[in-house]
Amino acid sequence: MTPEETKAFEEKIHAFVGRENGPPKRGNDDVNEAMIRHWAEVMGDELGTYTDAEYAAGTGKGGLIAPPAMLQAWSMEGYPMAENPAQDIQRQLHNVFDAHGFTGVLGTNTSTEFFRDLKPGDQVTAHCIIDTISEQKATGRGIGYFIETLTTYTDQNGEEVGKQVFRVLKFIPADSNDAADSSTEDDSPSVPTRITSPRGHDNSWWWKACDEGKILIQRCTSCQTLRHPPRPMCGECQSIEWDSIESTLDGEVYSFTTLHYPKIPGYQYPNTVGVIQLSEGTRLVANIVDIDYETIKIGMKVKGSVEQVDEKTMLPVFRPE
Amino acid sequence: MITETISFASVNVGDKLPGKEVPITSALIVGGALASRDFTSVHHDKKVAQANGLPDVFMNILTSNGLMGSYVTNWTGPDATVKKIALKLGAPNLPGFVMTLVGEIKAKDDSTGIVDIEVIGENNVWGMHMAGTVQVQLPQ
Repeated sequence: MTPEETKAFEEKIHAFVGRENGPPKRGNDDVNEAMIRHWAEVMGDELGTYTDAEYAAGTGKGGLIAPPAMLQAWSMEGYPMAENPAQDIQRQLHNVFDAHGFTGVLGTNTSTEFFRDLKPGDQVTAHCIIDTISEQKATGRGIGYFIETLTTYTDQNGEEVGKQVFRVLKFIPADSNDAADSSTEDDSPSVPTRITSPRGHDNSWWWKACDEGKILIQRCTSCQTLRHPPRPMCGECQSIEWDSIESTLDGEVYSFTTLHYPKIPGYQYPNTVGVIQLSEGTRLVANIVDIDYETIKIGMKVKGSVEQVDEKTMLPVFRPE
Repeated sequence: MITETISFASVNVGDKLPGKEVPITSALIVGGALASRDFTSVHHDKKVAQANGLPDVFMNILTSNGLMGSYVTNWTGPDATVKKIALKLGAPNLPGFVMTLVGEIKAKDDSTGIVDIEVIGENNVWGMHMAGTVQVQLPQ
């Protein structure tokens, strides 16, 4: 859109702010046991106060109640949404967005206050207002605008039972051709693995042993000095002749740090990374696991083992002894 | 069935709720959309979801809200009363992901018996799915 077109578009959408989304909408179904049970099944609700009338009668609730989070569900439009949604004010607003390429829609925030528990037989009516529309934003899903609606829910006596602020993002979907082209195969994103170890001429032997469950330490065959990480020349005698020994993975914490942020996919957080002083004398960088990081101390004795940490990665990890 | 209710006196700021892993399946996404009466196509039709830039159907916000509610009320027990649920959605939940829910008590109001529980749901692929606060009134 040109700046002029954007201005005209924004004038159009801002004209909706403050408008009621049509007349108050009474739910097609009053609060009822069947819909509560369906909800509880899916959501994993385990309280008898939602599904067992006899039990519920003996609790402080005095009978069945609906899970509070169901409040919005009672007045949802239902199946027509899929094919032929009602042309209420909110829909008309969305149509304006759609016509300008903002076809994507995503619920981003919901905040609901509950003034009382709802019981079977209660009738829920929603009173909805288009409350605010944001400036244009660049989001992870694409460029768009946040639309906030304010809904007051009343019961059969006109009493307020809840109030909800609901925010959706209307956005221009990022290019989705890649996803759509990948046809019928399982194209869900796979679980991420850790960053692949960098293997070169001088260190691939070490990683290969690690893959097989062994942690090796390079040893100079001229002066017997151990060294890690792997490198071609002995720092003591400059010999380039070497072999290796296998570490027992007994050691102690020389230093450590705990990473909380940013959470790189494939790693567990909090991610505690230690420098382990091995009993052989060299140090090794590795995760310290199965311990609350706040209780780790410098000098703490640890024992290592080589483990598969994701689908394709073997690494040494250390635990307190 | 959970029959014990946690009392206001027995909880403290800083207490953590037991974590819970929720496997995200197509059944959960579609079932949650239907239970919440949300027939928006992206929650049941993969092709439409893909046209909207995502690889598969994704969980609707009402289901996320419901999962946050059930996570807390399964912990509080039957005689607690939910006063507020506020959540912000992050990365979508897609089939094949696993969401881990954790909760922590952030505030306690002695005059009303209301505790604020921060709940975070992270999935194992894209990270933070939802973060929010559930306010719940506990019996003394």
